[in-house]
Amino acid sequence: MKRYILPSLKLTVVFIIVTAVIYPVLIAAVGKLTPGQGRGETITVNGKVIGYANVGQKFAEDKYFWGRPSAVDYNAAGSAGSNKGPSNPDYLKIVQDRIDSFLVHNPGVKKEQIPAELVTASGSGLDPDLSPAAAKVQVKRIAATRHIDEAKILALVEQQTVKPLLGFMGPEKVNVLKLNVALDEMK
Amino acid sequence: MNTELTGVIVMFLLSVLLAIPLGKYIAKVFAGEKTLLDFMHPLERFIYRLCGIDPNRKMNWKEFLAAMLTINLVWFVYAFFMLIFQDKLPLNPDGNAGQTPDLAFNTAISFLVNCNLQHYSGESGLTYLTQLLVVTFLQFVSAATGIAALVALFNGLKEKTTNNLGNFWSIFVKATTRVLLPLSFVMGVILAFNGTPASFDGKDTITTLQGDTVNVSRGPAAGMIAIKQLGTNGGGWFGVNSAHPLENPNYFTNIIETIAILLIPMALIFALGYYIKRKKLAYVIFGAMTLLFIIFCSINIYFETKGNPALDKMGIAQDIGSMEGKEIRLGSAATAFWSIATTSTSNGSVNGMHDSLTPVSGGVAMLDMMINALYGGVGVGLLNYFIFIIIAVFISGLMVGRTPEFMGHKVEAREVKIAALITLLSTFLIKAGTAFAAYMLVHHPDVGWAVKPGAWLNNPGYHGFSEMLYEFTSANANNGSGFEGLGDNNVFWNVTTGIVLILGRYLPIIGPLAIVGLLANKKYIPQSSGTLRTDSMTFGVMTLAVIIIITALSYFPPLALGPLAEYFSMK
Repeated sequence: MKRYILPSLKLTVVFIIVTAVIYPVLIAAVGKLTPGQGRGETITVNGKVIGYANVGQKFAEDKYFWGRPSAVDYNAAGSAGSNKGPSNPDYLKIVQDRIDSFLVHNPGVKKEQIPAELVTASGSGLDPDLSPAAAKVQVKRIAATRHIDEAKILALVEQQTVKPLLGFMGPEKVNVLKLNVALDEMK
Repeated sequence: MNTELTGVIVMFLLSVLLAIPLGKYIAKVFAGEKTLLDFMHPLERFIYRLCGIDPNRKMNWKEFLAAMLTINLVWFVYAFFMLIFQDKLPLNPDGNAGQTPDLAFNTAISFLVNCNLQHYSGESGLTYLTQLLVVTFLQFVSAATGIAALVALFNGLKEKTTNNLGNFWSIFVKATTRVLLPLSFVMGVILAFNGTPASFDGKDTITTLQGDTVNVSRGPAAGMIAIKQLGTNGGGWFGVNSAHPLENPNYFTNIIETIAILLIPMALIFALGYYIKRKKLAYVIFGAMTLLFIIFCSINIYFETKGNPALDKMGIAQDIGSMEGKEIRLGSAATAFWSIATTSTSNGSVNGMHDSLTPVSGGVAMLDMMINALYGGVGVGLLNYFIFIIIAVFISGLMVGRTPEFMGHKVEAREVKIAALITLLSTFLIKAGTAFAAYMLVHHPDVGWAVKPGAWLNNPGYHGFSEMLYEFTSANANNGSGFEGLGDNNVFWNVTTGIVLILGRYLPIIGPLAIVGLLANKKYIPQSSGTLRTDSMTFGVMTLAVIIIITALSYFPPLALGPLAEYFSMK
């Protein structure tokens, strides 16, 4: 064992420098060339940064599209899922409460129209997206709150819907923050 | 066919298509043939000279293991102290605290053994310094260690009779410079261009559209995420791993990250074929693994896209599947596929919360880790499969009444005993560990640990049992994923899983290398008409049967108590 100690120590130092110093610095250098300079893509309204395109944020007011429930209340410095098991009775009660609350805020919507993703917590607690169905089910409420024609808002959702990758891979999605920014810009 | 399903099929096909040429390349690298990356040669020579290493010195299996274990020990001591004192060291823009000794013990071992069980959350439990100098570093070198161990096995199988398994240092260095670093660099850049943070800036504070003030964690994450996927490490930059929208920003990055899970483990199987010039053996192994892999994927995709039956009863629409713990941009099919890819390969990264998987999917994920040899961890997966081969050879030998042979060497009592012990060890560690935890939970719920046993579980009943079973299964398989509802940052879980991690890593490396070292030393017996052909379909099926029988017999009881009971209770 003794004759392996010295090479081990030296090799360790060399590999720390190669893999943990040179390598990340190289990637950070290339990262400077990316759209967000390696800091993540932000969204700006009236010259003010109002959020990261990829990091979901909380919307509780009736005039905005709500994102999915979050186990950490959209705390972007401490991501987490609920880690609730599918049969947990407390969990099922929470979901039932969310359904009831949604029905109160969205008169005219029937229970069987509520998509499950709107009453279940996301994996990260920071899900920036909604499924098109989860956005559309909120259109009626927003139209009534903002006094805008339902059809116009529905058209906005369609316009903001991102199709599957190359048309054939993965789900459709709508970015909630971008959708709400566009909503605010609507007259 | 729906687009979520086509996405998954594309991921699988691309993984196989890329793994074949990569396997050929890896074989060439270690055979010393010409490759594209020969410009790395001066760097490698410089490293050898600097470290006083003779890359051409032959090593027998005992010397090989001694070198490997020595350097691993050095890494452990280094990592342990770095983690404890991280708060006093530089590059800590978020002001995070040092780790407690038991957490540092668990974390150091966990990354050392390529497992990456994380009993902390990345945003608050580590600093940028330890994310890089401990975590990223260990993610590279632990994967390189796995590759080195496997190449030693290749060397033992290649020659008719030899006691030379190759030079550990040289294989280890080349595994990093020729395979892991270049691939990681390419992938890190792809991630950075898709919105994964890569800069050294600390947390950002923003005011949201609605007017809330929010801190957003960032950091030099892209490079670390690349190696965590490629090296079957799995420990993420952010707490929720690749479910995090900065760690895995869109469906394209999800395709890249999923391929990266499977790529090297698959490639190493093809590399075996090229390296020892028995392609058919490699195809049979690959075919057997793939058959089970596809069955497991189909089960999980079926149950996750179908949704949670308890939510169906509430009368809401579950058109896109069970979405608790999943992300919209990834979808339930891709998350189900990832859950099998990550448990097959001992990767352990997640893109959705496994604790919230529907019961059968969670059970299949555990079963996958209990087998731990479908492609398997970088290097070690094939070593695990080799153990099953030895047992299959032995049983087939008994069935036809001949002395069992593998590749021209007699497999005798000593080799079979080692193989049997390694197999039994896993079931012992998982079941004894879970039983011990369950005992503490029931009989000593109020012990004054950081998390009292009575408060460990995030879910009651069968699912709670599954949380404990999953944790020990994951530790033994060096996987690192978890049913993360478990309150595991306390002295009980940190120490017990730490010990399981060590045993679950080193014995399954030492065992196969000892077997191959012993076999390669024996006289070569030329193939005859009576020889059992290990590169035939029949033998592939035989090995599968051995795997299924051993795991079914060993693990049916705990699986019945956890996931199966939960499934039937929800009917």
